[in-house]
Amino acid sequence: MEKKYWKSTEELNNRKDSNRKADEIPDGKSLLEIIDQEITGKPSSRRNFLKFCGFSFATAAIASSCENPVKKAIPYLNKPEDVIPGMASNYASTYFDGAEYSSIVVKVRDGRPIKIEGNTLSALTSGGSTARVQASVLGLYDGHARLKHPSKKGHGIDWKILDQEVSDKLESLKNAGETLVLLTSPVIGPSTKQLISEFLAAYPGSKHIVYEPVSYSGMLEANLESFGQQVIPNYHFGKAGTIVSVGADFLGTWLSPETFTAGYASRRSLTDGEKSISWHMQYEAGLSITGSRADKRVRIRPSGYATLLAALYNELASRSGAPSLPDITTHETVAETAERLWQSKGTSIVVCGSNDKDEQILVNAINHLLGNIGQTITFGDAILTKQAVDREMEELAAMLEEGKAGGLILWGVNPVYDYYRPEVFTKGLEKLKLSVILNHAQDETYGFTEYSVPGHHYLESWGDAEPCRGSYSLAQPVIRPVFDTRAPQESLLKWMGRETTWYDYLREYWASEIIGSGENTWNKVLREGVYQKEQNSVAPSFNTAALTSLAGRIKGDGSGEGIEIVMYQNIAMGQGHHANNPWLMELPDPVSKVCWDNFAAVSPKTASELGLSKGRMVSVNGLEIPVLIQPGQADDTLSVALGYGHTGFGKVADGVGVNVFPLAVYRDGSRKYSLPGAEVSALARTYELASTQMHHSMEGRPIVRETTLKSYLEKPDSGNEMHEEFEKKHVTLYKEIEFKGHHWGMAVDLNKCTGCSTCVIACQAENNIPVVGRAEVMKYRIMQWMRIDRYYSGDENEPGVVFQPVMCQHCDNAPCENVCPVSATNHSSEGLNQMSYNRCVGTKYCINNCPYKVRRFNWFRYVTNEKFDYNMNSDLGRMVLNPDVTVRERGVVEKCSFCIQRIQEKKLLAKNENRPLRDGEIKPACMQACPSGAIVFGDLNDPESTISKYFADPRNYHLLEELHTLPSVGYLTLVRNREEEQS
Amino acid sequence: MYKTEVRGPLILGDKNYRQISSDIIAPIDRPAPLWWKGVFGLGILATLFGLFAMYQTVAKGIGTWGVNNSVGWGWEIINFVWWIGIGHAGTAFSIFLLILRQKWRTSINRAAEAMTVVAVGAAAIFPALHMGRVWLAFYIFPYPNTRGPLWVNFNSPLFWDFIAISAYLLISASFWYYGMVPDFATIRDKATSKIKKAVYGFFAFGWTGSTSEWLRYEALSYVLGGIAAVLVVSVHSIVSTDFAVSVIPGWHTTVFPPYFVVGAIFSGFAMVMTLMIIIRKMYKFQDYVTNSHLDAIARILIFISLIMGTAYATEIFIAWYSGSQYEMFTFFKNRITGDYTFQFWAMVVCNAIIPQLFWFKKIRQNLTIAFIISLLINLGMWYERFNILITSLSKDYLPSSWVTYHPTWVEVGVYIGTLGIFITGVLLFFKFIPMIAISEVKSILKVTSIKKNESKNSSHGQ
Repeated sequence: MEKKYWKSTEELNNRKDSNRKADEIPDGKSLLEIIDQEITGKPSSRRNFLKFCGFSFATAAIASSCENPVKKAIPYLNKPEDVIPGMASNYASTYFDGAEYSSIVVKVRDGRPIKIEGNTLSALTSGGSTARVQASVLGLYDGHARLKHPSKKGHGIDWKILDQEVSDKLESLKNAGETLVLLTSPVIGPSTKQLISEFLAAYPGSKHIVYEPVSYSGMLEANLESFGQQVIPNYHFGKAGTIVSVGADFLGTWLSPETFTAGYASRRSLTDGEKSISWHMQYEAGLSITGSRADKRVRIRPSGYATLLAALYNELASRSGAPSLPDITTHETVAETAERLWQSKGTSIVVCGSNDKDEQILVNAINHLLGNIGQTITFGDAILTKQAVDREMEELAAMLEEGKAGGLILWGVNPVYDYYRPEVFTKGLEKLKLSVILNHAQDETYGFTEYSVPGHHYLESWGDAEPCRGSYSLAQPVIRPVFDTRAPQESLLKWMGRETTWYDYLREYWASEIIGSGENTWNKVLREGVYQKEQNSVAPSFNTAALTSLAGRIKGDGSGEGIEIVMYQNIAMGQGHHANNPWLMELPDPVSKVCWDNFAAVSPKTASELGLSKGRMVSVNGLEIPVLIQPGQADDTLSVALGYGHTGFGKVADGVGVNVFPLAVYRDGSRKYSLPGAEVSALARTYELASTQMHHSMEGRPIVRETTLKSYLEKPDSGNEMHEEFEKKHVTLYKEIEFKGHHWGMAVDLNKCTGCSTCVIACQAENNIPVVGRAEVMKYRIMQWMRIDRYYSGDENEPGVVFQPVMCQHCDNAPCENVCPVSATNHSSEGLNQMSYNRCVGTKYCINNCPYKVRRFNWFRYVTNEKFDYNMNSDLGRMVLNPDVTVRERGVVEKCSFCIQRIQEKKLLAKNENRPLRDGEIKPACMQACPSGAIVFGDLNDPESTISKYFADPRNYHLLEELHTLPSVGYLTLVRNREEEQS
Repeated sequence: MYKTEVRGPLILGDKNYRQISSDIIAPIDRPAPLWWKGVFGLGILATLFGLFAMYQTVAKGIGTWGVNNSVGWGWEIINFVWWIGIGHAGTAFSIFLLILRQKWRTSINRAAEAMTVVAVGAAAIFPALHMGRVWLAFYIFPYPNTRGPLWVNFNSPLFWDFIAISAYLLISASFWYYGMVPDFATIRDKATSKIKKAVYGFFAFGWTGSTSEWLRYEALSYVLGGIAAVLVVSVHSIVSTDFAVSVIPGWHTTVFPPYFVVGAIFSGFAMVMTLMIIIRKMYKFQDYVTNSHLDAIARILIFISLIMGTAYATEIFIAWYSGSQYEMFTFFKNRITGDYTFQFWAMVVCNAIIPQLFWFKKIRQNLTIAFIISLLINLGMWYERFNILITSLSKDYLPSSWVTYHPTWVEVGVYIGTLGIFITGVLLFFKFIPMIAISEVKSILKVTSIKKNESKNSSHGQ
C-alpha cells in the first residue's frame, strides 16, 4: 500500500505542465461528447432514453452537489506503528542553508512535513528560529524551481549513464593531472567533511574551496592573526552588559541571529524582577533592526569604521596603558562608548559587521583590552558555520580565467548570481572538461554546467552538523524524496567508487568519531537531534603583532569620497538563497515595510541634495534601482539589499528587484560590500514600491509606550500612567461576561521584541495564509494575520524606532462582533474572538469597525487561481497546508485565531490524560517561533500563569484601551537604557 | 385670530377636468419623442455596462474594486447611501405635505414617488453586491432554518438596515401604486386600443370611482401615509446607524440620525427639482408644475441647507468638544485640511453655501440656475457620503494601517449602471404612467376657473 501512496507523488512530478487537466475527462473529451457518441450509435428506445436520463440526472446531482472531484484516500492496510492519521509526528532535524544554522523540529502530518519549529533541546539555538528557517519548508514543495531529475546540458539522463560519464571524466582528469575543484558552501557536517577529504584523496590534484556570497573572510583571517585560530568565536550576548556593534546586524542577519537574539533579549528582560538591562550602542549606515533596538545609534559610513574602531581602541588603550595607534581622528561619541565599555570590562561585547581584516583585528584588540575574550567571547564553542576565505575564491577565478582548471563540482553555491564577477563563471564553466552542479533547485549557474545532479531538499536527506565546537546535530529525512534526486554525498561516494550508502557512511562516522557505537545512543541523538560534547576551552592568547602592523595603515576620518553604496542582507532575503520562496518575498522588511523589491535607501538629507523622491529611479554604478527615503540612514550613503534580481531562480524570484552582488569589490584580501565614490544619478523614471505601511508617525497617540530605564526604576509604570486611569474608568451598563473555564490572553514584551518577523512567517505557515503578490500588496491587501508595525519618532535623520507586533486583540468587548449581521464573528466562552468562515457573507463591516485593522478579506480566490500562482496554485505546493486550518474561500473575512487548533489539540491531550492544562503548554505559532521569547500566551484565569503575571506587571497596557474594547492582548512598555527620553 | 388667506390658483391655464385628463394622458398616447428614445438608449447602455461590472464583481470577487483591508467600504456604500437619500424625497414629499395638507404637492408627488421607488431599487443593489459571498445573502433573513437554527445578529445595524430598507421599499411602492389606481382607471376609460384597455384595466383593479371607493381610497392614503411618515424618518436614521454604532472616529456620532434624515430629504428634494424642471420643459406641463411649485421647493431647500450647515458645524464642534484626539484628527487633519480637503470643501460649498443663493428671488425664478444648483446639491451630497466613509476609514486609530483608496473602473461601472437603471426607470414612468396624479390635481382645480373656462370656450365656438 505504501508503494501506491508514493506513486501518487510521482504522478505529481509528471504533472508540472498540466496541473489543471487532472480534473477533466481524459483525452480532451467533454462529458457531452462522450454522451453524444453513445447516443448516436444507438436506436432511440424507451430503455435508452431512461438510461441516459438516469445517467444525466446522476451526474447532474453529483456535479452540483460536490464542487471538488472526489480523490481516493486509501487507508493503510498495515498501519505503521508511529503514524496515527490526523496526529502530527515531530522529528528533530537540522537546518543549514550554507549561511544559517538552526536545530529544528519538523512537524509531519500524514507523511507531509508542514511546519518547522525550533528545537528546544539545542543548547545553541534553544528553540529559536528565524523567518528564513520557518519558511524553508515551502522550498520542499517548490515545483517551479526544484530540479526533478538528473540532466546533462538540460536533457534528462539516466543515473547509471550519468555516474559512468562523470566517473570516466574524473578519472581522465586525474590521469591528465588536471585540477578538479570542489566549490561548496560552508560544510559543517563532520562526516561530510570527512567524506570530502576522502574524495579529494581519491582524486589527487583536486581542491576544496569554500565560497560564501557574503563571507566572513576578513574576520577569519583577523582571528588567525590575532588568536592563531581561523574560526569565529561565539558571542554571548546574554552575558554582555554593554554591547557595541559597528555595522553588525546581529539581531537580523549577522552570523547566528537566532542565538544572539535569545541572549540579547535575556538581558533586556524586566519581567522577572531584574533591575538592569544591557546598554547597546550601534554604529551603522543603514537602519537595521539591531540599530532600531539600540539605546544609542550613531550614523556612520562604512568607510569610517576603521577610524572609529581605531579611535575606540586608542581611547581604551589610554585607560589600560596599552600602546595606542598614531594619526587617528577621534569620533565625538567614542569617549562615552569607551567609558561605558571600560566600566563593564569582561562583560561587554564589541562586534563589527565589516569583512575587512584590519577592522576585525582592531575589534579583536578592543575585546582583548576589555578582557572579553574567554568571557563573553569564547573560542571553546567557536562558530564553525563560516569558512570561506575570499582569497581562495579569487584563486579559483584566476584559474578559470586562465583555463587552468580541469573540472569543477559546484555544491550549494550559485556564483553566476552572487559572485561579483559572474562572467568568470559564465565563460569559465563552458571551457571546463567537467562541470557538475549538485544543487537541489535551479539557479543561475545551473544553465552553465554540463551535468546537473540534483541533491535532496534538506528535509529529504540525512546529514549532520557541527555548527559550534562541541555541538553536534543530526538531520534526518522526514519525507521520501519528492523528485528523482540523490544526496550529493551519495553522488560523491558513487564517483569515488565506494559501495557504501551515505546513511551508512554517516552512521559509521558518528559511531567511530562522535558518539561511539551503540544503537541506543544513536537513537537518542536522532530523536533529540542534538548532541553536546564536552570541550576543554582555553582562551587563546592575543597576538599584538597583528595590531602594531596596522599603525599607519588606518588614517583619516572616513568622510568624503562622494556617495557610498552599502550592500546589506535584509531579513527576508538574506543572501538570496530563498528568493523563490513566496512567503519570504512577501515578508515586509521590518524597517522599511517594503516587500517584493529591493531599493536604494538614502537619508532625507542626501535625497534632497540629489533631488530624489520616493520611487524615483536612480542609476547606481550603472544599475537602475528605485529610491526609498529612509530616516536614520547615514548621509551620503545608499543602502541596497542583496539577494534580489534573480534571473533563473524560479518563477517567484526572477525579475524581482535588482542584483547588486556585481557591485561588490575585492580589496585588501577580501570582498567588500561597501563602496565609496559611487556614481549616482537620478533618472526620469519612477517606480512604485509595494509597502505595507504608509504612515510612519504615531501622531502622538499612546500606541507604543516607551520609557527610560531610569524612570522605570523610579516608577515601574512610567510611560504607562494612563493605563491605570483607563482601568479605573472601566464601567459597563451590561452584565459583564464571565469566563468560567479558561480565559486566553497574550502579552508581547516590547522590550524583547526585535522586529525580526519570524512570527509573521510562522503564522503564515501555520495558518495557511495565502501570498497575494506585489500588485495586491500595493492595494493594501496583504493577508498576513500578524504584522510588525514600525513607527519613527523625533528627528527624521536620527529617528527613534519602535516595533510592535499586532495580531487580533481578541477584545472581550469586540467592536467587530456586534456589527456582523450574521454573527459570523463571535465570542467564545474562553474569551476568543472567533470567525466562522462558512457563516461569513463578507459584508466587511467588521473590517471597518476593527480599530486595530487586523482583519483580512479574501478579495479573490487565492487557491487554485492562475493569477496567484504561488504555492496554493499547485497540488504539490498545497501539500504544505496545515490540515487543521481551513483554507478560506473567496469573500470571507479571516484573522488571527490565537491558533485555536493548537489550543484545541492541547486541551484534548490534557483531557485524555485526565490532568489540567499546564501553563505554557499551549504555544501559538508566533510564540513558539519567537527567538527572543517576547510573546507569552496563557490562561488569564490562572493567577499563577506567566500571562497573569505579565498582565499584572505595571508595564502592561492594552492597545487603544481608551476605546474600552477590553483586548486580551497586552503589551509591556519599551524600556530603553537611556538617560533621557528621546523626543 | 385665525386668518385664512385665499390661495391663488395652483393650476394655471384655465383648465377643465376633461382637459386635465387629456393633457396628462397625452404622453402615454403619443409615440415616444426622439429625445426620449435617445436618452432611453443611453440609459440602457449604462445599465448594460453596470451589469457587466456587476458580473465582474460577482465572478471574480470584490478584489476587482479598489477597497482594501483598511477601507472596507468604498464607492458602493457611498452610492448606496446617496441613492437611499434621493429615494427619500418622494415619500417625504407626499407624506409630509399630505399630512400638512399642502395641496400644491398634488402636481409633483406622483413623479417624486416614482423616483423614490426607482432610486431605492437602485440603492438596494449595493448592499447585496458588496457582500463577499452574495450567493449566501439569504443568511441575513431572519427565518427559522435547519442550520441550528442560526439566527441573525439582531444587534447589527446591517440587519436593521435590511429590515428598514425592505419595509421602506414595500410601503413606498404600495403608496405609489395605489395612488395610481384611479388614474389607471381614467386611462382605461379613455383608451381606444383593446390591449391598452385590458392592461390598464388590470392595474386599475376594477376601479369605478364610486363614493365608497373614494372614501376607502382617502382612508387608505392617510393610513399608509402615517406608516410611511415613520419609515421616512426611520430608514435613513437606521442607515446612519451603520456608521453611528461603530467605533470609528467621524462615524461614532449621535448627531447622525437626524443629520442623515435631513440630508436625505435635502438630496431628494434637489432631485425632485431636477426632475420637475425636466418634465415641465419636455412635456410642457408648465400649467401644472408652475413657477410657484419650484419656488416652494427652492424655499424648502434653503431651509434644509441651513440645517445641513448647522449639522456640519455641530460635527466639527463636537469633535473638538469631545477632547478625543482621534476625532480631532479626522475632522481637522483629514477633512478640513489634509488629503481630503477638496472633498470636504466641495461638500460644504455645494450643500451649505450654494443653496443660499435661493434667497434671491431672481435666482429662484431662473430655472437654468435652479437646475444647476439642484444638480450641485446632489453632487455635494455625494461628497458628503464620501467624506464620512473614506476619510474616517482611511485614517482611523493606528497610523500603521492608514491607507488611501481609489475606485476601480468596476466600482465606477456599477455606479454608472445604477444611474442607467434610474434613468430608464424614470423614462418608463414618463411613458407608461401618468406623471401627475390626475385625480388629485382635479381636486384642487378651482371651480370658478372652470366656469370662466367654459364661457371662454363657448366664445370660441367649441
